[in-house]
Amino acid sequence: MRLIHTETVTEAVARLCREVNRRLSDPVRRILARARDEENWPLARHVLETILENDQVARRSGRPLCQDTGTILVHIDLGQEVHLIGAPLAEVVDAGVRQAYEEGTLRASMVASPLWRENTGDNTPAFLTIDLIPGDRFSLSLMAKGGGSENMSSLAMLKPADGLAGVVRFVVETVERAGPNACPPVVVGVGVGGTLEVAARLAKKALFRSPGQPNGHPNLALLERELLEAVNDLGIGPQGLGGRTTVLWVAVESAPCHIASLPVAVNLNCHSIRIGRAEL
Amino acid sequence: MTAIRLQTPLESRELLELRAGDRVLLSGVVYTARDAAHQRMVEALDNQQPLPFDPIGQIIYYVGPTPGREGQAIGAAGPTTAGRMDSFAPRLIEVGLAGMIGKGTRSPRVVESMVEYGAVYFLAIGGAGALLGQTVRRAEIIAYPELGPEAVRLLVVEEMPLIVGIDAQGNDLYRLGPEEYLRSRRRDKSDA
Repeated sequence: MRLIHTETVTEAVARLCREVNRRLSDPVRRILARARDEENWPLARHVLETILENDQVARRSGRPLCQDTGTILVHIDLGQEVHLIGAPLAEVVDAGVRQAYEEGTLRASMVASPLWRENTGDNTPAFLTIDLIPGDRFSLSLMAKGGGSENMSSLAMLKPADGLAGVVRFVVETVERAGPNACPPVVVGVGVGGTLEVAARLAKKALFRSPGQPNGHPNLALLERELLEAVNDLGIGPQGLGGRTTVLWVAVESAPCHIASLPVAVNLNCHSIRIGRAEL
Repeated sequence: MTAIRLQTPLESRELLELRAGDRVLLSGVVYTARDAAHQRMVEALDNQQPLPFDPIGQIIYYVGPTPGREGQAIGAAGPTTAGRMDSFAPRLIEVGLAGMIGKGTRSPRVVESMVEYGAVYFLAIGGAGALLGQTVRRAEIIAYPELGPEAVRLLVVEEMPLIVGIDAQGNDLYRLGPEEYLRSRRRDKSDA
């Protein structure tokens, strides 16, 4: 058994909030640079070049990459042999978010109630999910998720008869409807199967996956490649101004489901997908 | 592609010459406003009250910036989705607003009033908040400070990189850009 003081989580969360908002991760940078090199439509190339230059300016000046510094999502893979000491996890996670956002250079973008809309002032609460895993690891992933791309995400309860073709059609329609609003080139997370909320969570889990890494299951990896080709045939392009690069990569996660159901969730993320990881 | 240099306030002649897809470097004063500020400005017009600034020849930037660090006028200042301001924009264009900066498509009603009054919709690249913020030399809240990031600010910008999204003739880059790209790709394929 391993003991972990939960106060160390606060520190990790605060550090990741500061970091992910101020620099692209190296894999995302590489994928964007490759897209720029392969893009022959001049305006599309200009947009991709500007996104890469924005990263340089953010690193140099300490400015956030984007003024929408996101809703904070934290996922913890928690080993069953870990014993946590101290304040509850949700509290220490929020304390980390508060610490980073109260420094004043990240925008507080959370309202306490979706209907009455008063800003909480410190970007809390974060949304925390936990998976129990064997062993004694404590792996934390944090995403600063922008509102523009979340708003263009979508979920459908398809009929089993709609099948694979129906899933492909729904993903393509979602990217097409999002057009320029989700800040393309986007990353597409797809969750297929489960129930309503399982599909949505799978789509988010797909976004959390390492940039560009295919699904371990060969059939799903093939589906990811086919979906990528289909959405990049739309011609929407970077920022929706035309071009080859509408989507950087597609990640699909799936789960078993009821004989009567075929839930599918599509979660979009902008070009600057902001994820950081910490092992405690 | 060379960029066209513009300085606010803009004249009708300059606005009419711009074409969807042109790259622009904008300098001078721009005003920030998003959802809540637009609602208040349109209420002011409805009640025959003055706007926080004289809109003639001016540009509104749809942005909710982050605060700057020590020595920075502003932090990140990229565009927000313009469509949320569509129900308000025609009223401001009618009273002389020359341009808007944002991202995303506009409603036919907005485009109609742009054509009628000769206004232009500029695009800033979504997610390039650090780069755009760097072009802001001065930032000052001039109205509705209680709205926080949504307050109306006067920004002095220097060579802010923009793209003409919808010109005063109603040409829309969000439609034309992808269309032209797909046409060129079909051409390439038939050549091969």
